Amino acid sequence: MEKNKTQVIVIGAGPAGVCAAITLARADKEVILIERGDLAGDKNIFGGAIYYNQTKDIFPDFESNAPIERVITQQRIFMLSDNETMQFSYNYNDLNRAYTVNRSKWDRWCVEEAKKAGVYFAPKTLVKELIVKENKVIGIKTDKEEYYADITIIADGVNSLLAKQIGLRKDLKDSDVTLNVKEMIKLPVQTLQDRFNTDDTTGIAAKILGGALKDMFALGFMYTYKDTVSIGFGVSLDELKNSGLTPYELLDKLKQHQGIAPFIKGGETVEYSAHMIPEGTYSSLPEVYSDGVLLAGDAAMFVNNIHMEGTNLAMLSGKLAAETAIEAINKNDFSSKTLKLYFDKLKKSIIFKDLKTHNNTIKVIKRNIKTLTSLYPKLACSFFNLLTNADGVPKSDKYRDFAVQIIKSGAIFSTIPLIFFAIGKCIKK
Amino acid sequence: MNINEKLATLKYNKGKESHLYADNTVCRNCSNKFCTYICPAGVYVWDKEKNELIIRYENCLECGACKIACEKKNIIWKYPEAEYGVKFKNG
Repeated sequence: MEKNKTQVIVIGAGPAGVCAAITLARADKEVILIERGDLAGDKNIFGGAIYYNQTKDIFPDFESNAPIERVITQQRIFMLSDNETMQFSYNYNDLNRAYTVNRSKWDRWCVEEAKKAGVYFAPKTLVKELIVKENKVIGIKTDKEEYYADITIIADGVNSLLAKQIGLRKDLKDSDVTLNVKEMIKLPVQTLQDRFNTDDTTGIAAKILGGALKDMFALGFMYTYKDTVSIGFGVSLDELKNSGLTPYELLDKLKQHQGIAPFIKGGETVEYSAHMIPEGTYSSLPEVYSDGVLLAGDAAMFVNNIHMEGTNLAMLSGKLAAETAIEAINKNDFSSKTLKLYFDKLKKSIIFKDLKTHNNTIKVIKRNIKTLTSLYPKLACSFFNLLTNADGVPKSDKYRDFAVQIIKSGAIFSTIPLIFFAIGKCIKK
Repeated sequence: MNINEKLATLKYNKGKESHLYADNTVCRNCSNKFCTYICPAGVYVWDKEKNELIIRYENCLECGACKIACEKKNIIWKYPEAEYGVKFKNG
C-alpha cells in the first residue's frame, strides 16, 4: 500500500459501511474502514431487528456465528385508546425472518468478519472533512492526518455532515426525519419469556399505535432481547415541535399505559438512547454519487419507514456501492460517469422500488393521522367492549350507541380515501 | 423516571469543550425555543435571569435533532472529537 493512499475509504462502520468494506475486501481491493467510536457500535442505535435475507447475503454463516439475541417469531400490534388496549398478534409459520441483536455486540462481530476478509479497520478516527480537488473527492482529513483514496464511500449515518460538505445533501427539514427515543429494560429471562409467550430463542416485535402518541405521526415499538425489552417510539420532528412535549415525557407516558406497563413491570432501565431516522420518501433522497464518491445507508436516507426497514437497505446499498467501486477500479475510472452505475443498481433494487412505492404514503398518513392513531384504536376498543362486556345493557342499545359513535366520528368518510389510496398502491406498476 | 435518571444509565467520555454552539443574541429573539424541549437529553436550558442559553453538551446523545429543529438555524452542531461523547452499550 502506497503511504497514506488506498483504493477505497469507507467512512462509518455501521451496516452500510461494513457491508461495503467487506464486499470490497472479498474482491481483493484495498479498503480502509473508518469509525469515530472507540469500537464499532459505540454510536449506533436502532429499533431492533436485522433481516434474514440481506444479512445472509453478506454473512452466509451468521446464524451459527453471530451474536444473535432472539429470532422474531411474533409480530404484535397494540392499539391504545386513552385507557383501553387492543392487541393483535401474528405468529410466523417459519423462522427465517428477522432477529433482534445488541448493536454493540453485533456491529463488533461484523467488523471482525470484515477484518478477517482483509479490511483495515481504523476506529477512534473522526473524519473532519473530505478533500476535494477540481470538484473530485480524493480523500479525507481526519483529526490525525490526511488520507487519499480513488473512491470514498460515505456511510456516516443520518446526520452525514460529509455529504452536506460536498453538496450531495441539503440541510434536513424537520419533516424529513423522525426523532426516536428508547429504553432498554432488563428483566429476569424467565419472566421476560413468560410475559411475551416466547421460549429460550424466540422473541417478539411490536408496534404501538395511539395512547400517549395519538394525533401525532408517531409509532411506538417493543422488541425482546435475551434479558431486555426495548420500548420506545419515533415521532416526526415537526410534530414533536408542535406538541410542546418533551420526548422523555412522552416515553414515560407510553410506558405507563395499562396495555404496556405489565410487560415491563419491575424491570430496570439499563440504557436510554435517542437517534434520528430519515423519513424515507423517494422525492427527498439526496444525490447519491459524484466524482470519486458514493453515499450509502442512512447517509443516503435509505429507510422504508412504512415497513420498518433500514438495516437491510443499508446493507444492500453498501454492497451495491462496493460493487460499483470494484467496477470503477477495474476500469480505472472514478468519474461520476462510471459511478452512475450505483444509481442504476439502486433503481433496479428494492431500495428505489420500495421508496418510490411509498413516496407519498407518509404524506397521506400525516393527513389522516387522527383517524389512524386516535379514532381507529378507540373504535377497535369500543367494538371489543361491545362484543364481550356482559353488563346488563340490552344489546340493541349497545349496537345503536356504537353505530352512532361511528357516524359521529366521521370514521366512514375518513376511511374511504385511505382505502382508495391503498388500492392505488396495489395497482400501480 | 425523569430525564436525569434516564441519562444516568449512560456512559460518557466527557470532553472539555462543547461540540455544540448557539449565538445568544439570536436566541434572545427566538420565541419558540424548540431546542429547550425537543432535545431528548434536555441539553438546552434557557436561563431567564442571565437571558442566555445553557448548553449542557456533556449530556448530548449525538442525535442531531436540535440543529434541524432550530427555526433560527442557530445551532452549530458537530460530532464530539474522536474518543469523546456518549458510548452506547446496548444499541
